[in-house]
Amino acid sequence: MTLDPTYVLALYVAAVVLFILSLRFMSDVKTSRWGGRSAALGMAIGVAATLAAYTIQRIDLLIGAILIGFVVGTPIALRVATTALPQRTAVSQAFGSLAVALVGAAEFYDYHTTANTFTLSVLSAEMILGFLTFAGSCIAFAKLQELIPGRPFVYPGKNFVSIAILLVSAAVGVFLVAEPSQTFALPIMAAFALLFGFLLVMGIGGADMPTVIAILNAYTGMSAAALGFVLNNKLLIVAGSLDGSSGFVLALIMSQAMNRSFTNVLFGGVGAKVVKVEGGAAATQARPVQSLSAGDVATILENARSVVIVPGYGMAVAQAQHTIKEVSDLLQEKGIDVKYGIHPVAGRMPGHMNVLLAEANVPYDQLWEMEKINPIFPETDVAIVVGANDVTNPAARTKPDSPLYGMPIMNVDKAKTVVFIKRSMSPGFSGSDNELFYLPNTWMVFGDAKKVLSDLVAALKAS
Amino acid sequence: MILELAVNATVTSSAPAAISYTSEDLVTNLLVFIMATFLGVELIRHVTRLLHTPLMALTNAISSVSMIAALIVMSETTDQTLLILATAGVALASTNIISGFILVERIVRLFKSNKPKEKPKGKPAQ
Repeated sequence: MTLDPTYVLALYVAAVVLFILSLRFMSDVKTSRWGGRSAALGMAIGVAATLAAYTIQRIDLLIGAILIGFVVGTPIALRVATTALPQRTAVSQAFGSLAVALVGAAEFYDYHTTANTFTLSVLSAEMILGFLTFAGSCIAFAKLQELIPGRPFVYPGKNFVSIAILLVSAAVGVFLVAEPSQTFALPIMAAFALLFGFLLVMGIGGADMPTVIAILNAYTGMSAAALGFVLNNKLLIVAGSLDGSSGFVLALIMSQAMNRSFTNVLFGGVGAKVVKVEGGAAATQARPVQSLSAGDVATILENARSVVIVPGYGMAVAQAQHTIKEVSDLLQEKGIDVKYGIHPVAGRMPGHMNVLLAEANVPYDQLWEMEKINPIFPETDVAIVVGANDVTNPAARTKPDSPLYGMPIMNVDKAKTVVFIKRSMSPGFSGSDNELFYLPNTWMVFGDAKKVLSDLVAALKAS
Repeated sequence: MILELAVNATVTSSAPAAISYTSEDLVTNLLVFIMATFLGVELIRHVTRLLHTPLMALTNAISSVSMIAALIVMSETTDQTLLILATAGVALASTNIISGFILVERIVRLFKSNKPKEKPKGKPAQ
C-alpha cells in the first residue's frame, strides 16, 4: 500500500536537487523566475512522497489544514504591499517557527518513553529555538508594523536577565532529557524560551530589524534541520540547513554593512537613547549649511551629465519611489546618465530597497551595489540623497571617535555636487551629526521627500 | 556539543528508540547537515543582492518543509492532543509554503531590465 522506502528516498533526492537549483537560480535576475518554481516543485515532490509513504488516517484534518494554508496564505502573498514585506517576513517566520515548535512538542510527547538521550536533547533544543524564534518574530512584526515603539526596551541588567531566562529554559530542557516522563516541565521550558525571545527582540532597535529578521530566519531553518535529525529525515536536514545558512549569511552581510557584530546587534541595545554627540543640536545650529529650492536643483541637474540617486528608507516612508522614477525618467530624456546607489542596509530587510524601486519600474540594471557605485562617485556630477542619512556620513571614514567610524558608507561626498533632500537637520539613527551637510559641495533641500521631488519634476518639465 | 551528544547516543542506544536510529545514521546525518550548510553558504553568497528579499521569502518557504515532520506525526499518532498539534503544524507550514512561493514569483516579476527586448509591463506601479 505505502510507497517503498527506496522510492521515497529517491524522490527526496529529487526534492533536494530542486531546492539547491532554486537557490542557484537566484544568483541572477534573469534566471530568478525559476527559483521559486523549482523550489515549489521540490516541495510538492517532498510532500507527495511523504504522503505516499505514511498513511494518514485523518484525511479530513489533513485536507482542512492544507485548505487553511491556501485560504490564509494566498491573500497574504497577493495583497501585501512591498513596503510591508519585512512585516510579512516576520509573520512567516513566526508561523514557521511555531510549526516546528509544535511538531517538536508533539514528537516529544509521542516518543518520550522510547527515544534515546540524543533524540530527546535535539528535541528540547529544537523546541527552545522554535519557541524563542516564534516570540521574537512576533515582536519583530509588532515593531516593524509600528504597533509598539521601535526603540529598544532597555533596563539595567537587561542582558543578564535575558541570559538567565535562557539558561532556566535550557536547564528545564536538560531536566526533560534526564526525566522524559516528567512532561509537565515541557510547557515551563517553552514559556521561558518564549519569554527570552520576547525580551531579546524587545531590546533591539527598529533599524536593526533587517539583521534580526535574518537571524530569526536562520533559527527557523536550524530548528527544521533539528527535526530532521530527530526523524532521521535527510530532506528536512538539507532544507533546514539551507535556510539556516541563508539566514546567517544575510545577517552577516547586514551586520558587516553596519560594522557591527551579531552580539552588538542582539545585546547592544543600540538606538535606546538619543546620543548627544558634541553638543548635539546647539552645535548643529552653529555650523552653516547651504540650502536650495527644488527649482535651483533642477538647474543644477540640467547642467549635469551623470547623476547618482542614493535612496534610504525615508524615501519609502514618504512613498516617494514613484516620484523619484519620474525625476530619473526626465533626466534620462535630457540625455543625463542616472544610476541608483543602494547601501546593503537601505530599507527594513535585506534587499528591500531594490524591490521598492523595481516596483516603481526602475530597471534593475540601474540599481548599483555600494561596492560598485563607490568608485564612480568622483566622476559623478550630482549625487542626490533621499531619505538616507547615516550611510552617507563621511565621519565613518574620517572621525575615529564617531559611533559610525568604520562602517562602509556610500561615498557621496566625493561627487562634484551633493543634493541632500531631508526634512530637518535631525541626526540619523546612530545619533551622530552628518558631516556631509557642512561640506562646500553639499546643498540641502529641506522638506518632505515626495513634495520636494514633485516640485523637482514640475521644474524639470517647465524648463 | 553535537559530537558529545553523538557519543552519548551510542551509549544509550540500547534503549528502544522510537525511530530506528543507529549511530551510523547519526554520523551520516551530521555529514549531510555539514555539507548542506557549506553548500548553503556558498549558494547564498552568490545570490545577487538585488534579490535578497525574494530569497528570504524563498528560504522561508523551503524551511517549511517541516510540514513533512508534521505529516509523519499525523500518521503515527492516535492521541487527540498530538493530532491537534500536528494538524496545527501542517496548517502553519502550508500557509508559509503557499504564501512564500506566490510571493517569490510576485517579487521576482517586479524586476525588469531596461533592455528593449524585455519590456513586459507587468501591472502598473502602485
